[in-house]
Amino acid sequence: MRALRLLLPLVLAMVLPLGAAAQQITVSAAASLTDAFKELGPKFEAATPGATVRFNFAASGVLLQQIGQGAPVDVFASADQETMGRAAEQKLIDAATRRNFASNALVLIEPAKGAAGVKSLQDLSGAGVRRIAVGKTATVPVGRYTRQVLEGAGLWSVLEPKFVQADSVRQVLDYVARGEVEAGFVYRTDAAVMSEKVRVAFAPTGSSPVTYPVAVVAESRQKTLAADFVAFLSSDAAREVLARHGFGKP
Amino acid sequence: MNTTNSLIASADWFPLVLSLKVAAVATLLALIAGVALGWVFARQRFPGRMVLEAVFMLPLVLPPTVIGYAILVAAGRHSPLGSWLREHFDYSIIFSWHGAVVASAVVALPLVLKSASAAFAGVDRSLEAAASTLRQSPFSVFLRVTLPLAWPGILAGTLLAFARAMGEFGASLMVAGSIPQQTQTLSMAIYDAVQAGHDDLALLLVVVTSLLSVTVLVLSNRFFSLR
Repeated sequence: MRALRLLLPLVLAMVLPLGAAAQQITVSAAASLTDAFKELGPKFEAATPGATVRFNFAASGVLLQQIGQGAPVDVFASADQETMGRAAEQKLIDAATRRNFASNALVLIEPAKGAAGVKSLQDLSGAGVRRIAVGKTATVPVGRYTRQVLEGAGLWSVLEPKFVQADSVRQVLDYVARGEVEAGFVYRTDAAVMSEKVRVAFAPTGSSPVTYPVAVVAESRQKTLAADFVAFLSSDAAREVLARHGFGKP
Repeated sequence: MNTTNSLIASADWFPLVLSLKVAAVATLLALIAGVALGWVFARQRFPGRMVLEAVFMLPLVLPPTVIGYAILVAAGRHSPLGSWLREHFDYSIIFSWHGAVVASAVVALPLVLKSASAAFAGVDRSLEAAASTLRQSPFSVFLRVTLPLAWPGILAGTLLAFARAMGEFGASLMVAGSIPQQTQTLSMAIYDAVQAGHDDLALLLVVVTSLLSVTVLVLSNRFFSLR
């Protein structure tokens, strides 16, 4: 009897927080949004009393897979229109809520120490560049932008033997930062995150504009709060944070 | 049935061949090191022996990511060993199938070590003593008495090690990367196929891997009971 009396408050204490968590949303966002969104999370929570935001960062294609398999996600922000387009095709998002909230630029980076001194895309076929890190084209948007740029320059199949395919743009960044590859394609915002270990060689042209769409997930149980978050991304406060991390206007 | 046939025909079998190659080389390395260390730990007594044995057994329980990271730190671009190899031999195990071999050998070693150690400990010392009275050198005793008595146990452990090396994923992915036609092993190919949504290819690879592993394990069990 004594044990039951002690147990009951304990159980209540564990159950009650679940009530508060009813105002929680999960946001699956592209890996390149990691630092900016981690800063935006607390700002959104402060602006919306009682709300909590949880983030899930990975390559956009991987996130899409997860949502397709039924992951309990409320908001999806991807790094290219193609992935969001696939999400819309598979009826995984509320198409009416889809909008662009930021833009970025593709850059070629080298390790800060011991770089091969690449000045143009042609230089990548030189002997000084042994390995080039690119995102997997099937699931990583930055890999697709890279492919566009290199195919436009007629270099994609030429350089293919040198590619190391990464699971996300942050893994490309990591490979270059470690010096295990001589060059890598990431977004301008990612290069800024590790500015002591990598340097931007140049920004190649030839890819479609890098724009980030966001949408509410169709199966979300927190549609209103999710819509609030999507709207928040276009607010002045959010724009300021995104701009500070190097993102451009949508 | 037709779609299965066309799937098998069009599937890329490089990962299977590479996995067999990597596992074979890694098992050979683990066998040599495991038998040598197993004999030392079974027969020699020295301070810190148990701690040292535990250290060699660590890869059995450590997360593959720890092992992968350790190899990166020990042999990566900015490590003493890595930079020395790069400078003098223009060689690196990172992003090469040799890196997958190293990772697989590290995780396979404990399996050979434990089996060899137990096998050597189980050999009747009086038989060895009898051989030495017949003027056999210690090495000859090892080769003609100890090893023949211990080999079923060692072989069983080696087969287990081969199965483990075939299935290595986390550490080899970190060290060798998953480069199609170069370092993409069977387990990495499954991972990539699932990520890209190619479920039928993933299923085919999973079936192949499972059949291979079951065969190796059955063989291993046969030898374990051969004592």
